[in-house]
Amino acid sequence: MDEVNTPALETGGLQKSFGALTVANAIDFRLERGARHALIGPNGAGKTTFVELVTGALRPNAGQIRLDGADVTQLAQAARVKRGLVRTFQITALFRRLSILENVTLAICERQGIAGDLVRPAGHHRAAVEEAHALLQRLGLEEEALRPVNMLAYGRQRLVEIAIALALSPKVLLLDEPAAGVPSGESGRIIEVIERLPQNIAVLIIEHDMDLVFRVAQRITVLVQGSVLVEGLPEEIARDPEVRRVYLGERAPA
Amino acid sequence: MATEGLVRTGLRAGNGAIDAFARRHRFHPLEALPWAAAIAAFALFPSYLPLCSQVLATILFALSADLVLGYAGIVTLGHAAFFGTGAYIAGILAANGWGEPLTGLLAGALAAGLVGFLSGLVVLRTTGLTLLMQTLVVATLLHEAANKASSITGGDDGLQGMEVWPIFGWFRFDLFGRTAYFYCLAVLFLCWLMARQIVHSPFGRSLTGIRENVRRMHAIGAPVARRRLVIYTISAVLAGISGALIAQTTQFASLSFLSLERSGTVLIMLIIGGVGRLYGAFIGVPLYMIAQDRFSEIDPVYWYFWIGLLMVVVVVFARGGVLGLFERFWRWTR
Amino acid sequence: MVLYLVSVGLSVTMGLMGFVNLAHGVFAMLGGYVVTSLMTRYGVPFSLALLCAALVTALGSVVVERLLYRPLYGGDELDQVLLTMGLIFMSLAAVTYFWGPSPQPMRPPRWLSGEVDLGFRSFPAFRSFLILCGAALVTLLWLGLERTRFGARVRASVDNLRMAQSVGINTSRLFMLTFALGSGLAGLGGGLGADLLSINPSYALDNLVYFLIVVAVGGLGSIRGPFVAALLIGIADTGFKYLLPELGAFFIYALTMAMLLWRPRGLFGRA
Repeated sequence: MDEVNTPALETGGLQKSFGALTVANAIDFRLERGARHALIGPNGAGKTTFVELVTGALRPNAGQIRLDGADVTQLAQAARVKRGLVRTFQITALFRRLSILENVTLAICERQGIAGDLVRPAGHHRAAVEEAHALLQRLGLEEEALRPVNMLAYGRQRLVEIAIALALSPKVLLLDEPAAGVPSGESGRIIEVIERLPQNIAVLIIEHDMDLVFRVAQRITVLVQGSVLVEGLPEEIARDPEVRRVYLGERAPA
Repeated sequence: MATEGLVRTGLRAGNGAIDAFARRHRFHPLEALPWAAAIAAFALFPSYLPLCSQVLATILFALSADLVLGYAGIVTLGHAAFFGTGAYIAGILAANGWGEPLTGLLAGALAAGLVGFLSGLVVLRTTGLTLLMQTLVVATLLHEAANKASSITGGDDGLQGMEVWPIFGWFRFDLFGRTAYFYCLAVLFLCWLMARQIVHSPFGRSLTGIRENVRRMHAIGAPVARRRLVIYTISAVLAGISGALIAQTTQFASLSFLSLERSGTVLIMLIIGGVGRLYGAFIGVPLYMIAQDRFSEIDPVYWYFWIGLLMVVVVVFARGGVLGLFERFWRWTR
Repeated sequence: MVLYLVSVGLSVTMGLMGFVNLAHGVFAMLGGYVVTSLMTRYGVPFSLALLCAALVTALGSVVVERLLYRPLYGGDELDQVLLTMGLIFMSLAAVTYFWGPSPQPMRPPRWLSGEVDLGFRSFPAFRSFLILCGAALVTLLWLGLERTRFGARVRASVDNLRMAQSVGINTSRLFMLTFALGSGLAGLGGGLGADLLSINPSYALDNLVYFLIVVAVGGLGSIRGPFVAALLIGIADTGFKYLLPELGAFFIYALTMAMLLWRPRGLFGRA
């Protein structure tokens, strides 16, 4: 198979129902390498469910998920993470009583495979801590390195979410509403960080904030009630009458 | 990653934070306190040594429960299963001709570890109430089994006729309990070192992560189930050691070692001291056991009432136990 | 069958409030004490005594729920376990203080003693009565849950609490009422079963395992679940004791573990 054309992430016929309620309806999806792709849709469209299915937190009723060409449908979530499929959570899921340095170091230790070490003190693995610290610096969080997460402003917490995701050296990064609930003063930092993400990571952003979407995304998929409505370039989506009717209203984006 | 130069300058500035983080595991002078107190107790209370030995062994039991409860967040009502297994195995060996204490201890530990591993495979697949239920059922199962096998275990009357040989062939278990005391102290010390090492290791830190946010742990690629099984088994081994210690030093084992009450009591002792702080056991156990010793002379029934009330009060007002109160006080005075 | 009567309340309250209430047995015990005391000391007839027991425990439970349980909803499981265990201990001591440590004697009323001859076999009257009560209760509760508005609200809250709140259901009052109902039923069960599960201070502790087994195997939040579980356990228990008396209760526990592994949510459990 042609290496260059293999998508970073692909789903085929992804299906999930809870009884009579279908939350994912035969979703076919492609995320190209190095892509900046956005998934939008009205509330309840099933966007977060899609992320849960792709990452392995939920088992689909049918369909396949391929990561870099390899079938991962039967793999557990942790195994997919090891292969580079990383997500952030819409509602911040951090270790609240631990410091942010600790939060990120935990992720790095997992990635480096030293987290199973029962014998040597955590402090001995200095390289991991240093890497965590450097990552915090890149995101402008090093001042608060030793503060517990629950004492940080919400916008900073969202940044920590992204820090943890980056600590795992992702190949595919799923950002679930990274700017959700963040006051507009702090969201600028988050958008900056997203824009500066390395080019070799394929990024899928789920967002409601259309400014962010149109600033960052090269392709957009619109999900409505568990089915893909339409997919294409941002200009096409903005002009599409169906999308406008369902989601954007009659206004054109800024 | 960013350029090397930038990283290096950044490191110099952040060295303070990194150093503080990396040094957390170093020994703090306060940590010598419990051991100093233990030695002092030997000198100050020579007639209470048997009670003190039991306190030491129970501290180990509570410490093992803390690993599972306070660090991994697994709520169990059946920890006595491992305690009782260790006690009975060591006891049965001593009652049937093999009274060598250290190998008896080892046998008890291994047996308890096996029970922990096998039951963990089954029990840890679940969460919440079902998990609680399963742990209780395992302990009750073992209790029933020990009851039925009364020819080996002595059933309701308890295991008697144990004969424990001198340690290393030299230190006999004397009537005053001196040998027993140092035996328990030495074993507790070694096990505490081990527990401390685990808590400060990357593994131990990841346990804290599992307790704080399991979803997040899955999302960073941690093999959660495997980690929980490992700590559950280690905890079972330590609990088994504590049971064997009690059996060997009191030369008695009974069905109550496997009871719900024993599992519940260790939880209480831990809560009083403070869960998840490694030293909660060292504070809660002596407080509880000494108080119980005093109270049961007055009226055992009232003991239940006050302990119950204490539990209710602790849960409502002082959830971190004694150590938690210290922490709050410390932060408040800063 | 007594197990069912006592445990059904626990199933609903734990399923509804997500609160690990180990002290449920305390209410059953209290009911038992009320019934036995009323009957032996004051000669109150059986049915009236039962009614009193149910009322007293229901009222008592409201006090407990408002004061102690409410702040712990949705909180740490360990806290709930410890709080309710503390209550068990306190009740143990309190009951010993008022009634002494020995088990309370219970004589079933005359119209229920003896046997009932159904032609092909005769059954002990009291046991049959209990089974009838159990069956009646299952039906009544099921009807109540399925047909009344109150029942609908309870079901909605069990399925999805936040949804129910946003629809305007006063969940806090619902909790209180359901808890009172569950505890009252427990008191009733304790009184009814005073002959089979003897009423003594350590009642709540001794029988805790059984209540929890019935609820866990039957499924939290369900009415039929504990009924089926109690039946299963009763049958299995008698069957095993008959076939393999040396192993006794061992099999019940092994069976429970197996069932919980197969169906971690219980036979009829909901999310």
